[in-house]
Amino acid sequence: MKTLLANAIHSRIIWPLAGLGVLLLFNLLADIEFYRIEILEGDLYGPLITVLKQGSKIMLLALGMTLVIATKGVDLSVGSVMAVVGVLAAFLLRETGGNLAAALAGGIGVAVILGAFNGGMVALVKIQPIVATLIMMVLARGVAFLITGGLPIKVTDPAIRQLGQGHLLGLPLSLFVVAAFFLISVILTRRTALGLFIESVGDNETASRFCGLPTRLVKVMVYVFCAVCACAAGLVSIGFSGIADADKLGVLYELDAITAVVVGGTALTGGRFSLAGSLVGALLIKTMEITLIRQGMNPAYMPVPKALIIVAVCLLLSEAFRTQLAGLFGRRKVSA
Amino acid sequence: MLELRGISKTFPGVKALDGVDFTLRTGEIHALMGENGAGKSTLIKILTGVYSCDEGSMVLDGRPLNPDSPRTAEHAGISTVYQEVNLVPDLSVAENIMLGREPTGPLGGIRWRAIRERAEKALDRLGLSIDVQRNVSTFSIAIKQMVAVARALDLDARLLILDEPTSSLDDDEVDQLFTVLRQLQRGGLSIIFITHFLDQVYKISDRITVLRNGRQVGEYATPDLPRLELIAAMMGREVQEIEHLGGTITMADRGREQAEPFLKVRGLGAPGRVEDIDMEVNRGEVVGLAGLLGSGRTETARLIFGVERAASGTIEVEGEHVRIRSPRDAIRRGIAFCSEDRKVEGIIPTLSVRENLILALQGSRGPMRRLPREEQETLATHYIQALGIKTPTPETPIENLSGGNQQKVLVARWLCMSPQLTILDEPTRGIDVGAKAEIEKLVAGLREEGTSVLFISSELEEVVRSCERVLVLCDRRKAGELSGEEISEQNIMRTIAEYHEDTAR
Repeated sequence: MKTLLANAIHSRIIWPLAGLGVLLLFNLLADIEFYRIEILEGDLYGPLITVLKQGSKIMLLALGMTLVIATKGVDLSVGSVMAVVGVLAAFLLRETGGNLAAALAGGIGVAVILGAFNGGMVALVKIQPIVATLIMMVLARGVAFLITGGLPIKVTDPAIRQLGQGHLLGLPLSLFVVAAFFLISVILTRRTALGLFIESVGDNETASRFCGLPTRLVKVMVYVFCAVCACAAGLVSIGFSGIADADKLGVLYELDAITAVVVGGTALTGGRFSLAGSLVGALLIKTMEITLIRQGMNPAYMPVPKALIIVAVCLLLSEAFRTQLAGLFGRRKVSA
Repeated sequence: MLELRGISKTFPGVKALDGVDFTLRTGEIHALMGENGAGKSTLIKILTGVYSCDEGSMVLDGRPLNPDSPRTAEHAGISTVYQEVNLVPDLSVAENIMLGREPTGPLGGIRWRAIRERAEKALDRLGLSIDVQRNVSTFSIAIKQMVAVARALDLDARLLILDEPTSSLDDDEVDQLFTVLRQLQRGGLSIIFITHFLDQVYKISDRITVLRNGRQVGEYATPDLPRLELIAAMMGREVQEIEHLGGTITMADRGREQAEPFLKVRGLGAPGRVEDIDMEVNRGEVVGLAGLLGSGRTETARLIFGVERAASGTIEVEGEHVRIRSPRDAIRRGIAFCSEDRKVEGIIPTLSVRENLILALQGSRGPMRRLPREEQETLATHYIQALGIKTPTPETPIENLSGGNQQKVLVARWLCMSPQLTILDEPTRGIDVGAKAEIEKLVAGLREEGTSVLFISSELEEVVRSCERVLVLCDRRKAGELSGEEISEQNIMRTIAEYHEDTAR
């Protein structure tokens, strides 16, 4: 029994792990400097650490996105929610003369409201998730502009700066935020029955309703959680850059998050999900990004390799392609 | 006009049609009748070129007919309107009627005015004048049905096939459709009409062909065939069997002077579903819902379980008025429901047998009070053993199990909650004989434990064997009630027949 379960988890996460391994191996051969780690005042620095530090935003988003996708939904608004939260927190810090509690409460509050709005549109009004969250994507970005009036706000609060840039036990502080969110989401989904409900709703919503599951509540909850994850990513982001710019904050992050989830083994068609897989997926994307930049690629071209990854994953997931691929090797492999 | 001789068709493992003959005369409306799985759809699909037949010959207007696709059948003058109206909802009426054969101009552009004119002409033939530029989705189902007919007729059809065209229409809409059909008939069109509603057959058809288990049972002129004989033919019984029966049919609930039924339903109804259903289910009683397909059995169950909301009527559970507006409400009152549509409304395909099994129980506990893993496993192993569920392990995805075993898991899903009332809708459909017997045994076991069961089945033998009381439904209404000794296949059929004769008068 135990080994079976281990196998199931194993197979789900094996592909992103393998992909990550390939990238790390490539760096080992082509760019040993990638592994160089410096210690400055007891804190670790180096390309690997940068992957973790910069990847933490995607990892946070990917956690929330995993649960949304598991219910057969998608949340396109996470980047914009990041922006609203980041900008609002910076704005509150400036206006209250550095009241951190007000800034955090404001950020989390607005995230919950926006998430609940997403969830309400999907679960109660029954708008397709992609449309509902597209509305929110545009709306939240607009709200972020309203708050700043178009001008970037400087973030000087030391706590927030620490969140994005600081270190703890030598490792980036943001990594501990990721760890905390990962732990919370694992406990929430696997120690309670929420994970089962989410998978059940994503796999067959009608049958779940017939079983008496609170399908609408489940959906609203995942969108709220996703927005709270986006809130954390937004705070990390302004802490990292020291600036809250409605124009730039979180732009295109929703695509990274979705890619991470899909690469991590959670299907867009809903059902079974893997939170750890999504984290690996996020690291895979970030590692690839940093590797390519170190190989001299212009960061502006970055969407191209990301698109290639998505194509590769989609092909691997496609039944028709796998059959053809198996045919190429002359042997018929039975796909499960 | 149309002659089918000795048509046979075998699907893997099933002989769907076995030497069926069918004759259609020019300008007649011919009803094709038969229970579920009798072979009506297969015959139609062979006629329209969806399937090819293994044996037999078809002759249309003296010429051999061998359609290899729906398109060639259309060219031969055969048009079909399927049960689910297959129109494109977001296109206009005119576009739908002309879809796929738009008249084009010299440069290959579409001549919109010609489309509109031809669509209007097609609808005119049906005596219908509506704005052909409006989207189809803005019209009622009846109008959509007419548009589908108009679309079929624009192909210069000589034979029109209507596959259950009336199942989603109300009475007025059916009349409207029939007026149109008669008009078409006068114009020399031949029509094959498939329906489950006996009334409609007698209202509209000239002749009836009955199929049963893939064979042609007989062909009759409608006025010469009494309803009882038609029902007997569909079900494969002798008329004498039904006529020479002892016992009378009670129309009201008699006896059973129990203090308080578990479930008491009065005047339950919802438009287009069922009307005015009264029933009681006592504690530990197995009550059957019998009737032909489309008679309202499933609809009744779904109203009780809150899948659809009732528009009228009251439900009392243990003497208390309750409003059941969702499955959750029903489950809270101790009602469980196994849907007939296992795939869509039953299984969660990629989740394991264990997870599927405990889902309803966990649902009633709420998300926070998670059933401990050991308890889940105990429950799963218990029911796998108790019901003889064949699965490699409790962790196998349920989609990998056979239909019968999936059904057992779904029943177990409710059993582990010890419901007060279990509604089983066609629990034995599509599963093998052995599994059927086990499901029946299970029903008996439930009764012994004091659980009430509402048992819905198309197979009368099962209803007779399992139930202590049977409600017979007909055309979405209650036609009668049988209890104890009175319950027999013959009496159920007679109740249906008598109901139809009553309403015909």
